[in-house]
Amino acid sequence: MQTLRHGSRARIAAVGIATSGALLLAGCGAANEPAPAGGGSTAAATASGTIAGAGASSQQAAMEAWVAGFSAVAADAVVTYDAVGSGGGRTQFTEGGVQFAGTDSALDEEELPLAQTVCGGPDNVVQMPLYISPIAIAFNLDGVDTLKMSASTIAKIFNKQIVKWNDPAIAAENAGVALPDLAITPVNRSDESGTTENFTEYLSAAAPADWTYPADGVWPVPGGEAAQGTSGVVGAISGGQGTIGYADLSQAKDLGTVDVGVGAAFVDPTPEAAAAIVEASPSVEGQGKYNFAVELARDTTESGTYPVVLVSYTVACTQYADAAVADTVKSYLNYIASSEGQAAASANAGNAPISDTQRTKFQPAIDAVAAAS
Amino acid sequence: MTIDTTQRDPDRDIAPAPPVTLEKQGQLPRMIVPGVLVAAAVVVGVLVALIGFNIGLFVIATAIVFTITLYVLARAVEGSRKATDRLVTAVVTSAFALALIPLVSVILTIVTNGVARFDAEFFGSSMRGVVGEGGGAYHAIIGTLIVTVLAAVMSIPIGLLTAVYLVEYGKGRLARSITFFVDVMTGIPSIVAGLFAVALFTALLGPGARFGFAGSVALSVLMIPVVVRATEEMLKIVPNELREASYALGVPKWRTIIKIVIPTSIAGITSGITLAIARVIGETAPLLVTVGLVANVNLNPFDGRMATLPVFAYNSYANPGVPRDPYIDRAWTAALILIIIVMVLNLAARLIARAFAPKTR
Amino acid sequence: MSIDTSPGPAPAGTDRSTNANKAVVQPGDRIFSGLAKGAGILILVVLAGVAAFLVIEATPALLAPADQIPGGNGLVAYIGPLVFGTLLAAVIALVIATPLAVAVALFITHYAPRRIAAGLGYVIDLLAAVPSIVYGLWGASTLAVASIPLLIWLETYLGWIPLFAGPASGTGRTMLIAGVVLAVMILPIITAVSREVFLQTPKLHEEAALALGATRWEMIRMAVLPFGRSGIISGAMLGLGRALGETMAVALVLSASGGITFNLIGSGNPATIAANIALQFPEANRLDVNVLIASGLVLFLITLAVNSLARLIINRRREFSGAN
Repeated sequence: MQTLRHGSRARIAAVGIATSGALLLAGCGAANEPAPAGGGSTAAATASGTIAGAGASSQQAAMEAWVAGFSAVAADAVVTYDAVGSGGGRTQFTEGGVQFAGTDSALDEEELPLAQTVCGGPDNVVQMPLYISPIAIAFNLDGVDTLKMSASTIAKIFNKQIVKWNDPAIAAENAGVALPDLAITPVNRSDESGTTENFTEYLSAAAPADWTYPADGVWPVPGGEAAQGTSGVVGAISGGQGTIGYADLSQAKDLGTVDVGVGAAFVDPTPEAAAAIVEASPSVEGQGKYNFAVELARDTTESGTYPVVLVSYTVACTQYADAAVADTVKSYLNYIASSEGQAAASANAGNAPISDTQRTKFQPAIDAVAAAS
Repeated sequence: MTIDTTQRDPDRDIAPAPPVTLEKQGQLPRMIVPGVLVAAAVVVGVLVALIGFNIGLFVIATAIVFTITLYVLARAVEGSRKATDRLVTAVVTSAFALALIPLVSVILTIVTNGVARFDAEFFGSSMRGVVGEGGGAYHAIIGTLIVTVLAAVMSIPIGLLTAVYLVEYGKGRLARSITFFVDVMTGIPSIVAGLFAVALFTALLGPGARFGFAGSVALSVLMIPVVVRATEEMLKIVPNELREASYALGVPKWRTIIKIVIPTSIAGITSGITLAIARVIGETAPLLVTVGLVANVNLNPFDGRMATLPVFAYNSYANPGVPRDPYIDRAWTAALILIIIVMVLNLAARLIARAFAPKTR
Repeated sequence: MSIDTSPGPAPAGTDRSTNANKAVVQPGDRIFSGLAKGAGILILVVLAGVAAFLVIEATPALLAPADQIPGGNGLVAYIGPLVFGTLLAAVIALVIATPLAVAVALFITHYAPRRIAAGLGYVIDLLAAVPSIVYGLWGASTLAVASIPLLIWLETYLGWIPLFAGPASGTGRTMLIAGVVLAVMILPIITAVSREVFLQTPKLHEEAALALGATRWEMIRMAVLPFGRSGIISGAMLGLGRALGETMAVALVLSASGGITFNLIGSGNPATIAANIALQFPEANRLDVNVLIASGLVLFLITLAVNSLARLIINRRREFSGAN
């Protein structure tokens, strides 16, 4: 059988090469992680449970900062967060799959009862707007860093009634700015998103005459330039000329931004102005003691408020069957609502820290988290 | 619809009757090919320079001018058959060069962007406790290897055995329906495979089950059909003479398959399996919904979330913090490592194939 | 495209099953064939599971009133453009990739110097090693930007063809470019299968052709391509499967914001089914999820139909599969 002679030595060598690479990698642990035999943590918190969260990707960067900061406070606790999206987060939470969720829109009238069942009572659902982020209306126009626009002008640009940058409507609000005779390319999100929902909600509330579409997470105007995610939108805006779109302020730093008309004044997007609008908005009533869902006053005329904001909620229960889990949730919520937690998130995600008034309002809900008795 | 170009002419099949009136018997000198190429490049270069130089236009125009000139020259000197042959040679070579352009571009993009964080820390650290700069993908590398190896361990035997069944044993309705549904399976969108795995493990273990093995199952759903199709094709073209010779020597069928059929086609099979692994190792969506993402190392595929390179890369790209750069850099480096892993795998597969294949030539 | 029904060179009626009867049957044989059969059945079970999952999850969407479906015009109006986009992107990819892949496979097997041929094959395989998300990033950041002059050129000079009617996109993230990215992604798959099949062309056939005075191209046309035809189709179908189901790359590259249009170079393109699922799924809940899974079911059925067609073609040409 001459034709079937095998090189057995070569065969062994080949298998050896294939496996040795994997062994090499598996041999050493991660340099920045403590050996598991650690034990005896001196951290103040008793929290040592493992909790999982899922939900909005908008919170991902803040959540990273929170998880990292929390692991410094409670070294034995493990917190994970899957940025599967708000819808996925709410579904997993109402199914009892995760201990907390992050969501860009509050639990709706169908989800709330499910959440209440999972948590064991109508007052047991905690919902707090702990992540507030201004949405910048960003554009790419040579030599122009900032423009003033009223809600009506913004609406007309995004529904393609205004198609040139030197349109009289824009020029009237920006006396002295040299506007080119250039086509406007509006850029929108191609994926369903909380950012789009908040932006369209703003347009339909603040410019109802010019924006006739309902608030929706899916961009309603067909035929525009669409890109995936905040990164995609920012990439498309900066990649083109005469483009305009909407994205988290923190990610739109290098682009020109629009000062939005509020009342008679124009407010530039800042975290402070964004936090102010949440402060100025009423909570939704009658949905549970610890449910702090807000009805944002998008059409506000109050000075110093920036109405184009994304509010993302942290959803949890006040009761957990497992004591270690309850402890961990409690200290984790405590951490993220604390001024250190909010500052850490703000440094990494550029969001607006919540005010002390808000924190005082949320504190009873966090204190109520306990093991089910 | 490539069939047209390969249409057989029944008459030609039996004997490739060369045209009786033989054409000019001339022969172009060997140096004609580089000569025409240089001439074409110079002429096109001058013309393109006149309207504004553009490297893409220059290369494409040169290729076209070169091909046409060579064809015309060959037709005049050597006759139409040789000219056609030269034409096809030029076209096939250009096609290969064309296929290299995206490869070079992709690799350049990844390497130039990924090299910034290609350091020891990236390989030695996880993301636990890391905010902003620093950190690494050790946890994701380990996670990707574990999840993919598990998927391969499930998919390769199933795929290989199925292909063997289809080629060697299968006949009738069962084999036909397997062949057909394997084809259908190649069209399952990756996210649907992920959702299926989630639904499966939710039904088995209750909601909230996220662990490496679930991701492996999702990847297997995507990988099995690729393994079957590639292996089936390779087994089919093993010459029947080999099988018959083996049977004639009294070797039972199963040993014939293991000792003759599979070794003969092992190069193609490993190539197919490597393609299948490459297909799934970079999957993002199914792993995001089944395995999730963590910042720390998790070596147990049956308990808890794991980080994987594609999800890590996607997440770093899609949800960067402030400033963006460290996140984007980590995403590119993770992508670079993913490619390197597949390259190493490919190389290993080739070594294995060479070691196991019978020395026939 | 006519189907050639002339008999091939193989003696009619040669069937492997007759060979099987000649072989010695042992207990080991029974175990082995049982295992092989079991693996095949397992695949059917898994696929049945996936299909059952799709049908169960899609049912609420199929039964829901039209105004509750996203867009408000019913399921058909929602999924229709997606089906169109999916097919369009896949067809563009296949039209570009298949001839190129066959040419590349021929180059590697029959034109390149033997010593470097294996290395070249490896280089092309590398294209398959690139994860789809990287193709997405590359397509959106490098290829799309580089293609803008080409799109403008197409609009200016070929604008009379409806495919290039324009107005050309200002960012290059168009259906044409998505198709090109998909073509690059499926090229190595088709190439790999074609290459292996071409390599298996019986040497005797090739040498016979050459001995009769055929040029290299004539030899390829008469010996290699007919032999490899089933492999090429099979590889193309494998590639088509990937093109139809590709998710992340399309999601990142394509500016998906429009309905049905044949304009390949504009901003408003229909999304593909798989990309749309990836884009909309994270924020979807309840009925939206069901609608998306219903679209997944449609993709499943499309793949089924495409593969039936491919099988039909391959089976008509069965005489060429396997050497005799």
